[in-house]
Amino acid sequence: MAEAAIDTKTPIQSAERDELIAELLDSIKQHHYGPGVAHIEIHGNEVLGVKLVDGLEVVSHSIPDGVEVDIRVKKGVTIQNPVHFCFGIIPDNGVQRIITRTVIEEGARAQFMAHCTFPNAVNVQHIMDAKVIIEKGAYLSYLERHVHGPKGGVTIVPKTEVRVEENGRYNTEFELIEGAAGAIDLDYKATCAKGAVVDMKARIYGRLEDRIHIREAVYLEGEESVGVLTSHIALKEKAQAIVENEVIASAPLARGHVDCKEIIQGEAQARAIPIVQVKDHRAHVTHEAAIGSVDSKQLETLLSRGLSEDQATDLIIKGLLS
Amino acid sequence: MNTLEIRNLTLMKGPKALLADISLDIWQGYVHAIIGPNGAGKSTLAQTIMGLSGYRDIEGDIFFEGQSIKGLSVDERARLGLTLVFQEPARYEGLGVKDFILAGAREKKAALVDEALNVVGLDPARYRDRAVDKTLSGGERKRIELASVYAMKPRLVMMDEPDSGVDIDSVQNIFAVIRELKNDGATVILITHSPEVLKQADHAFLLCAGQIVDKGTMENMYDYFNGRCAPCTHIGNPIIDSQLGA
Repeated sequence: MAEAAIDTKTPIQSAERDELIAELLDSIKQHHYGPGVAHIEIHGNEVLGVKLVDGLEVVSHSIPDGVEVDIRVKKGVTIQNPVHFCFGIIPDNGVQRIITRTVIEEGARAQFMAHCTFPNAVNVQHIMDAKVIIEKGAYLSYLERHVHGPKGGVTIVPKTEVRVEENGRYNTEFELIEGAAGAIDLDYKATCAKGAVVDMKARIYGRLEDRIHIREAVYLEGEESVGVLTSHIALKEKAQAIVENEVIASAPLARGHVDCKEIIQGEAQARAIPIVQVKDHRAHVTHEAAIGSVDSKQLETLLSRGLSEDQATDLIIKGLLS
Repeated sequence: MNTLEIRNLTLMKGPKALLADISLDIWQGYVHAIIGPNGAGKSTLAQTIMGLSGYRDIEGDIFFEGQSIKGLSVDERARLGLTLVFQEPARYEGLGVKDFILAGAREKKAALVDEALNVVGLDPARYRDRAVDKTLSGGERKRIELASVYAMKPRLVMMDEPDSGVDIDSVQNIFAVIRELKNDGATVILITHSPEVLKQADHAFLLCAGQIVDKGTMENMYDYFNGRCAPCTHIGNPIIDSQLGA
């Protein structure tokens, strides 16, 4: 197992570093990692800690408002345990720009879990600019879980471009359920070669005056490629969301599906724009979109078990976002 | 002792009485059936007792264990121990069977999930970690809904067409739940069209055009299913009491 050295150029002193790591991990309820688990902690523009495992390369350096990170999983390597990334800002304001370039080499397999935490945010910007290449027959599962404070003072701008090569597979989930979202402007694009599979999910609970804009697009350019876009959004109070999901199939036997469900309560507003485009008659793309309040039959069933309306609604939403 | 007493219950929809001056007593610890033709008001009566939206603006009164529940919300009635199993069970995307079963249970014990699934004849190992969603058949969801009612340990359960959408073998599991509930001291009201379901009851009411037109033992009420009941060409003007059985 390789143990990477911590960037010695960082001005953060050891005690302060340990304290920040502890606060970051505490905010995501991850108090320690087991042996053999790779993990990277980044606070603001400082890499606080890096632990790697064989077959995983991570090279990082600070930029004025963030960090650039190159990640590579070597050819044929399977990383047994999920690799944990913790990005965050503990103070109530600041900017964090994360620029990543990820390559999963041919036949390699890995799961990444990115925890983005801004527990005290009042005015925080988190900008993610990611480029991902999944080489032939490789696999990456990427779960990005956000933990925000109750005030919603965060602007999240995640932008990701993914290229999935022949028979590769990329699964991604963006989850923001705890805390107020703030403003989210998510923009994911994926291109699939022959036999490649992309499965993108977004699960978001918007509150207060959150503003959520999701754009996801998958281009099925290879024969028998598959793309599935799923957005499940729950909104309450004065939150607003726009979801644009687009699947473009231009190859024979490509298959795609768009699934957008939004539950709204109170003065919340939602808009769903599923776009499906087929450029080869042998391809097949479907979509479903539903926006509405909590289903009355679901609600009445739970009420008749003795749950209050709030408890029943929370349980239904918890299911939708699970 | 009566678990439920309904007194002069009337529910209007515009000028039409969906339920017309109904009075009845539901004895504690018995299995009762409410039978009658389509449109007679059977489901309406159950939904009115439960206090669902659209069924709350009533005349008369409903007493549960001696307390008027007319002014109570659905969940307040449920917390007193009253519940309803719907004819068509809801689907819940992503909601786990385990969470659904324990939702109304007072004790949130994992062992109760397995016990409830066993009572309805579903293998806990196969079902407890699934979601109550479209991957389950209507019959499976119905049995899981019954499992949730079993876990709730209610005092009065109304089951609207408990055998609808359920295969013949699984109906026996539903009957087992009815027996379990009764053995636990609960009172059960079956809303049914089915002679087989009626056989599970100790006592039945015949509802026609929103009125109770007869009541009696299961054997006596079986005439309805044998075509000896007055056929319902009388919608809006039912034949009642003395005219029946002529």
